[in-house]
Amino acid sequence: MAEVREVKLPGVGVRLEFDTAAGEQVAVVVHRGGRRELMVYDSDDPDICTTVMHLTPSEARTLSEALGGSTVTEVSRVVEQRIEGLAIDWVEVADDSSFADRSIADGMFRTRTGVSVVAVIRGSETVAAPGPDFVFTSGDVAVVVGTPAGIDQVRTLLSS
Amino acid sequence: MFAAVGSEVAIAFIEIGLIAIVLAALARLASNLGVTAIPFYLIAGLGLGDGGVADIGIAEDFVALGAEIGVLLLLLTLGLEYTGEELRLGLRTGTVPGLVDAGLNFIPGLLVGLALGWSVPASILLGGVTWISSSGVISKVLSDLDRLGYRETPSILNLLVIEDLAMAVYLPVVAAVVSGSDAASTVVTVAIALAVVAVVLVAAMRWGHLMSAGLDRGNNEVLLLAVFGLTLLVGGLAQQLQISAAFGAFLVGLALSGPVQHRVSALIEPLRDLFAAIFFLFFAFQINPAELPGAMIPALLLLVVTGLGKLGSGWVAAGRAGVGRRGRLRAGTTLVARGEFSVVIASLAVGLDEASELATLAAAYVLLTAVVGPLLAKNSEVLDGLLPGRRRTLPPEVRTADV
Repeated sequence: MAEVREVKLPGVGVRLEFDTAAGEQVAVVVHRGGRRELMVYDSDDPDICTTVMHLTPSEARTLSEALGGSTVTEVSRVVEQRIEGLAIDWVEVADDSSFADRSIADGMFRTRTGVSVVAVIRGSETVAAPGPDFVFTSGDVAVVVGTPAGIDQVRTLLSS
Repeated sequence: MFAAVGSEVAIAFIEIGLIAIVLAALARLASNLGVTAIPFYLIAGLGLGDGGVADIGIAEDFVALGAEIGVLLLLLTLGLEYTGEELRLGLRTGTVPGLVDAGLNFIPGLLVGLALGWSVPASILLGGVTWISSSGVISKVLSDLDRLGYRETPSILNLLVIEDLAMAVYLPVVAAVVSGSDAASTVVTVAIALAVVAVVLVAAMRWGHLMSAGLDRGNNEVLLLAVFGLTLLVGGLAQQLQISAAFGAFLVGLALSGPVQHRVSALIEPLRDLFAAIFFLFFAFQINPAELPGAMIPALLLLVVTGLGKLGSGWVAAGRAGVGRRGRLRAGTTLVARGEFSVVIASLAVGLDEASELATLAAAYVLLTAVVGPLLAKNSEVLDGLLPGRRRTLPPEVRTADV
């Protein structure tokens, strides 16, 4: 993934910038109210933008889906921004994991680590909010929310 | 008796209603022209006040109190505008541009005040009028011209944060200076004011989140009433302590943080627009239209000197972020616009001998800068053509190095 630079715009929101491999500079201004602006910088004068698009929150979602972004990343970013100390991460269920073919309830992740499984990505499908009886298969990617320490514990559990 | 009161109320309603409709028409015109409505409100006030075309009578008491509330709400939203994190970041990175900004824009106002034979307090107020850029006008200009992505934009916004913080010191000091009688008592009042400011700021930064969290639990109705009440209460108490009601309201805005900050901003905005319009109108009531042309000469002088001052501030601020010369010119020209806070500062002169002269000069100055500023910002390329020297843009690695 391209490295994203974050620039604070006091009173407005934040500007996220990155460079494409082809050399274009792109930025997205995220307004506090959720409005987005997508902009492309001038190749001759990188201080200014040549193209600016104004997107409502739903248009921004449409665009990101058209570009192949998933809803999970969108949600995760919101969560990360809102709650300090709470992390979200993607943890793969290893081939030889003892938790493969066992349900979420069996694993007792929340009791052991305080971490919740909020979604599971299986191949190209995403199961949002899986129930306690959801059964993992090896190769699944669990989207988990909790403290960074708790997530590390889950990673250890799912890889052994 | 009831009939008399009833007809008085009827006349007051008709007056206020007509004023509001005139203001609406002016705000519409301003938005069509793509400029701020403040100059139009001031002109409307000139026409409706003493010596204007249509002197209003009965509604004046309501307008006077509404104007005071307008000041409090303007300052509340100024305090609300930035988060604690943004204020801290601003302080860390913006001290040098902030000092340049104060030197180039406060001092000319102060000197012109003294040259006009005004007292020191009135001159300090004029310095404030010429110092603080209009964050309202500037954020509108930046978004209307689609410049939020431009490289110099964070520097401009950071400078506005610094001015915001500077107001936290300037307002109480100026209130003490204006109310002080002799030098010794003024020094004491200033010292007390600054001590109170320090205590309240630390308390607001440290425990503001508790108040914010408590307020956030209420629904919109509860929140609106609570914040409105808190603003007036703290403003009134601050006024009693001679620290200026405006400053009290500003502190309430600073103390609110987190999610509730954005909720309050959205809730209070329509209320602020209403009362701020009344404030600008009332401010212009005190001005005798016949004196305005006379004030245009010092106002034009100040426009040129402090216009160059803001150009310098923007040049320095954007230069520190590694922005090229066109961007530095854009930053400077964007900052030229003065508006709401210049008017607020001028209104603090109530009670001084020069109050009406200061109001007249401030109105003339704001009329000029609020119109000329956005025009300059839009056409800063012309300025770039006028200046001699290198016009080539820097290679990208130089400009991104320092961002």
